[in-house]
Amino acid sequence: MLEVNDLHVRYGRVHAVRGVSLKVAAGEIVAVLGANGAGKSSLLKALMGLEPADSGSIKLDGGDITRWPTSRRVRERLVLVPEGRRIVTSLTVHENLLMGAFARKDTRTVDAEIDAIYARFPNLAARRQLPASVLSGGEQQMLAIGRGLLADPKLMMLDEPSLGLSPLLTRTVFALIAELNRQRGLAILLVEQNTHMALELANRAYVLELGSKVMEGAPSDLRDDPSLRDAYLGRAEKRKTVAG
Amino acid sequence: MSGYLEGVLVLLAINIVYAYAAFLPIAAGQLNLGIAGFAVIGGYFSAFVSNQLAVSPLLAIPLGGAVAGLVGLAVAVPVLRTRGIYLALATFALGEMVRAGILNLEVVGGAAGYPVTAFIRLPTIALFTLGVVGLVWLLFSTRFGIAITAVHDDERVADLMGLNVRAFQVAAFTMGSAIAGIGGGLYAHHFSYIEAQYFSISLSISIVLYVLFGGTQSVLGPLLGATVFTLLPELLRGSAQWRYVIFAAILIVVMVVRPQGLVTGTQIRRLLGLRSEFDRKEQAT
Repeated sequence: MLEVNDLHVRYGRVHAVRGVSLKVAAGEIVAVLGANGAGKSSLLKALMGLEPADSGSIKLDGGDITRWPTSRRVRERLVLVPEGRRIVTSLTVHENLLMGAFARKDTRTVDAEIDAIYARFPNLAARRQLPASVLSGGEQQMLAIGRGLLADPKLMMLDEPSLGLSPLLTRTVFALIAELNRQRGLAILLVEQNTHMALELANRAYVLELGSKVMEGAPSDLRDDPSLRDAYLGRAEKRKTVAG
Repeated sequence: MSGYLEGVLVLLAINIVYAYAAFLPIAAGQLNLGIAGFAVIGGYFSAFVSNQLAVSPLLAIPLGGAVAGLVGLAVAVPVLRTRGIYLALATFALGEMVRAGILNLEVVGGAAGYPVTAFIRLPTIALFTLGVVGLVWLLFSTRFGIAITAVHDDERVADLMGLNVRAFQVAAFTMGSAIAGIGGGLYAHHFSYIEAQYFSISLSISIVLYVLFGGTQSVLGPLLGATVFTLLPELLRGSAQWRYVIFAAILIVVMVVRPQGLVTGTQIRRLLGLRSEFDRKEQAT
């Protein structure tokens, strides 16, 4: 479904993503792991067209989307739930959900889908006419995911969905992701720092370090790998050479 | 109706139109300090058309708005590349350029100003104002309103929802320019005379203040702001020289107490009784 080949992203002199290749097949949950500054967010930005790819290619269902603007990628149902929840706080909960459907071609089922989200999250339903700013952190994350779902994604990418959430809420979010994958066969690309939880959920995982892919494989293989912890925490000496 | 009352109401109607001209770009997160420049384009163009071609003001004024809108569209693309204070400066410079240009345009009288033959009165002006308010209202009750708010609050998220952020910003700026042009046309045709000097930066700033005062988050804000700014100084007329001091003091107090403006979206929802269970619980505790 998604095929990334030798992707490079640069911000001025910072070389954030260095030749990353990865694949997400239909119905798969793929995790991208790595420490802060490993290039995970830059990778997602390039996949969404928020940052231009320096070189390399991004293919969605075989078609090259490397140079497409963000809006066109969303219309082709590649959707990102951004880091830090990023809901629009001066719009109501309901308007936030409606916003998710803006890029859709087929809007016939939007109302039913919104109702389904309300049924799944009664807290959102009770606050539908209130500004989204009244929501708690966990509810905001549910709203952000709900908004992403309304774009009718074929591949949904989530950037650090557990960030700032309690362990209990993190489990709720991960359970939701698993459910979406199981029930609709929704392909998921999950970027996380919570290695343990992400590996429990994913079918396959990639580990990034300083912009490069250092490992890939099934969760069982990665979990047993002693160097995973190294990669996850980042190696101090390498980071120094980049900064200098 | 007394001449004085009609005069005040005409000013009110025109100021409301101006306020919506400033509101549209502000709602999309952009400060246009060149509103007076677009008003002067619309004013002169409509006056020229109705004078030279003996066209009814009912046609000439929308034409003036269209021309101001076209100029807005032409400059929106380069001007909107700038942001924040630079955007404010760029639009300010634009307004002043237009004014200086017309001052030197002899075909419309240059610095001496330009007399306008056709004359419109309060009912016509009020009709135009109603039209503008109604159109903006309709626009904001569609998904355009949600989209513009999203663009204003978080461009990145708007982008991620597949909105063409730039197109929305250009559209809001262009429509605002066209509305300013209509305001200028109304002014020219009521006062039978238009003078570029009047459309200075201080007019642009006052117009932006109407919106900031009334509230930038709801369609009602500009209406309320323009009304307060127009009527309050008149109501304070009794205290002669002190009225502007009192007026300024009231403004400062309101802005301190309500920095978000007089009305916000939340308040309107409250007024309409759209309170949820959660809201009532909040108030009970």
